[in-house]
Amino acid sequence: MKAAVVVFPGSNCDRDCKVAVERSTGATCELVWHAETDLPAGLDLIILPGGFAHGDYLRCGAMAALSPIMAAVKGAADRGVAVLGICNGFQVLCEAGLLPGALLRNAGLKYVCKPVALTIVNPQSRFTRAYANQDEAIMTIGNGEGNYFAPDPVLDRLEGEGQVVFRYKSNPNGSARDIAGIVNGQGNVMGLMPHPDRAFEPELGSADGALLFRSIALAA
Amino acid sequence: MKARVEIFLKPGVLDVQGKAIEAALHGLGFAGVRGVRVGKVITFDLEATDRAGAELEARRMSETLLANQVIETFHIEIAP
Repeated sequence: MKAAVVVFPGSNCDRDCKVAVERSTGATCELVWHAETDLPAGLDLIILPGGFAHGDYLRCGAMAALSPIMAAVKGAADRGVAVLGICNGFQVLCEAGLLPGALLRNAGLKYVCKPVALTIVNPQSRFTRAYANQDEAIMTIGNGEGNYFAPDPVLDRLEGEGQVVFRYKSNPNGSARDIAGIVNGQGNVMGLMPHPDRAFEPELGSADGALLFRSIALAA
Repeated sequence: MKARVEIFLKPGVLDVQGKAIEAALHGLGFAGVRGVRVGKVITFDLEATDRAGAELEARRMSETLLANQVIETFHIEIAP
């Protein structure tokens, strides 16, 4: 598998993602600066990492969504390449219109940083098929604006079409319908608030995140 | 022309800052306060010399960057 991580000014999980993907799957993973207009050829996975792109100014992900590289990311997504936005990357995907909805300030107003238990709602997705019979996963969240919001008809459609992939077992931030991760209609673009890149080896407290990367590798 | 864009979360979208401020005001004894909402104001100058042109430009900016219409509404004021 060949992967790339987009680096925005203020990304802080870019290297974590590279290491996590490489160690979980044996993939090669390049870092690509946001001001580039082209992605490396032959990618199977593009990751938009966590962090605080452009300082979270205006709205989380708003400026990053307009970065030069995002046209190439959209093009790759249209061609079916897997795109994974983690935390700030999820916010960027929503701002870019690659995923529906938006991430609001946490209902409790606090930045929440802790391991959370997730239910794997859709084990057939391109991002979860390696979980086999495992219906739960532990990953770490670290966000101040992880409260997923979308109008009810959109939420109904996401649930009806199997686009809700991960739910929180205990909602940490007020997220609508306990949503932690969704995919687009085509199933190749995922936004995920918890960090698989902070849970890919037992030494990190959980290795469940590695299975998410392996799921993508299975399809690659 | 001078532009002033006012942005608020849509009614019905949870405004936790507004709620926190409201609770603090209640704590100060302002018991009659209701419906506190927090927004932002962005001001800038435009080279455009006609009001309609300036408003159109500010609207395009608001739609593409300044506001996220999934969760926010915006209101533009143009002044000479």
